[in-house]
Amino acid sequence: MLEVILDPLQYPFMVRGIIAAVIVGSVCAVVGTYVVLRGMAFFGDALAHAILPGIAIGYLVSGGTRQSLFWWAAVTSVISAVAIDTIRRSTKIKQDTAIGIIFAGMFALGVALISTVRSYTVDLAHFLFGDVLGVSNSDLLLSAIFAVLIFLTIIAFYKEFLVLSFDPLLATTLRLPARLLDLLLVILIALAIVVSLQTVGVALMVAMLVTPAATAYLFTRRLLVMMGGAAIIAAISGVLGLYLSFYFGIASGAAIVLTCTIIFLLAWIYQTLQQRRRKLV
Amino acid sequence: MSLLDEIRQTNYLNWHHHIHQVGAPILQVKSVCVEFDAGAALEDVSFELITGERLAVVGPNGAGKSTLFKVIAGVLTPTHGQVHIYGHEPGGHICIAYVPQRNQVDWSFPVNVADVVMMGRIGKLGLFRQPRAGDWDIVRESLEVVGLDDLEKRQVGELSGGQQQRMFIARALAQEAELMLMDEPLAGLDIQSQEDILQILEQLHQREVTMLVALHDLKIARERFDRVMFLNQRLLGLGTPREVFQPDILLRTYGGHMHLIDSDQGIIAYDDACCDEGGDS
Repeated sequence: MLEVILDPLQYPFMVRGIIAAVIVGSVCAVVGTYVVLRGMAFFGDALAHAILPGIAIGYLVSGGTRQSLFWWAAVTSVISAVAIDTIRRSTKIKQDTAIGIIFAGMFALGVALISTVRSYTVDLAHFLFGDVLGVSNSDLLLSAIFAVLIFLTIIAFYKEFLVLSFDPLLATTLRLPARLLDLLLVILIALAIVVSLQTVGVALMVAMLVTPAATAYLFTRRLLVMMGGAAIIAAISGVLGLYLSFYFGIASGAAIVLTCTIIFLLAWIYQTLQQRRRKLV
Repeated sequence: MSLLDEIRQTNYLNWHHHIHQVGAPILQVKSVCVEFDAGAALEDVSFELITGERLAVVGPNGAGKSTLFKVIAGVLTPTHGQVHIYGHEPGGHICIAYVPQRNQVDWSFPVNVADVVMMGRIGKLGLFRQPRAGDWDIVRESLEVVGLDDLEKRQVGELSGGQQQRMFIARALAQEAELMLMDEPLAGLDIQSQEDILQILEQLHQREVTMLVALHDLKIARERFDRVMFLNQRLLGLGTPREVFQPDILLRTYGGHMHLIDSDQGIIAYDDACCDEGGDS
């Protein structure tokens, strides 16, 4: 039994992969609590997809060193987020429509750019579905630094984000800089996505934001507990998923997301049964 | 130490100043107009409130009550006209509390009662400061005033409608608000819960809190408030109940929806367009 657990750890790429999955999973889960509570799942999904042209440009410009991809992706996601917000504010177009326009447009631009490169199918799949086992030490360091920055920002603005999410009107009457804080939150979501890009890829990113947070939401009554629970669920899913990937040869990103989903389903079934039992009693 | 003494101490200079200006207007609304895409919501509304006064605002759904409150709270900028709180623009003040309609909040949000009341302290705390023992004392005393001190650990969705409304009033108290804007605090509550809230308003009155309360129930407006405002886009009547409960004012405010019955006790009026739970602008 112990061998089942220890065997994969002989491979440095597995160790790095597991560390990356835990870091990235918990960052996404904590940021994701806001995504879930404020109903921003579609926005998060769109933001992940809208990053693709940034990655493509980084790839074309620098031949795909991870660091440069990271920065291009970060810039692209922030531009997309601001574009969505600006369209919504300056026209009568509703938010979800604005998201749809920017999301599809940016994604198409990304595919178009990548298709100009010859080995297009292989690379596109990498970006779409992630490659957590290809994480290098310097990638890990960069992820860790950004994870710490994101956590510190959330701790610093915890009470402001709480008010803004629960009762935006109160935030305004208390003279909080609501627009700035909204923008900051969007930037945090964007950075969490960019940091996790290599783990699950663009296409499955929304699951990392939403699923662990939603699972924790079923059982918690306070935001801080929800954040902690979501982070733990995401970390466990990351580790379990990679073991599944190792032993059954499943694509790593898909394995992690599937584990998250299964944990959610189990939690949901458990809660439903419990409520039914309570009703019977 | 009572909450009143707390407020006196923490806000000593201000408080002192207000007390010695008995009869000075706390609120001046000068020819305020608000136009939305769909048309005018408020037209040329002007009035003053003096410190400690209780003003009921009545009018049919869509009369602009919520819009007026949002303009006073500084959430909405009027198309024309000005609002002055103690002679200043609303932007400079956090002594106004907007007590929202219950349906404006997501009640499954993971916060407990004490968390929500603590939100009222955030404006005083400022960025990067965590609540201290003194802040929690104020939260606890505010909860005592509204009789929720034994429910402070409950998740907000587990409260009854009346308790939720009382929690919001406690939050306004924790904010040390001198002017409270209450948007339909009695909507959707049973008679007993309504009476509880009215008792709390009585206590607030003794603390010299100035109150602007939107109501559907004309009888309560007439019996429990110093002055009553009749609003239907325009200000159609403002004065003591005796002055403004006149058939022509009632008819102009409610139009064909109002039915008047002359009886021994005066005019009894009822409004058949009443009372879906809030939702009017």
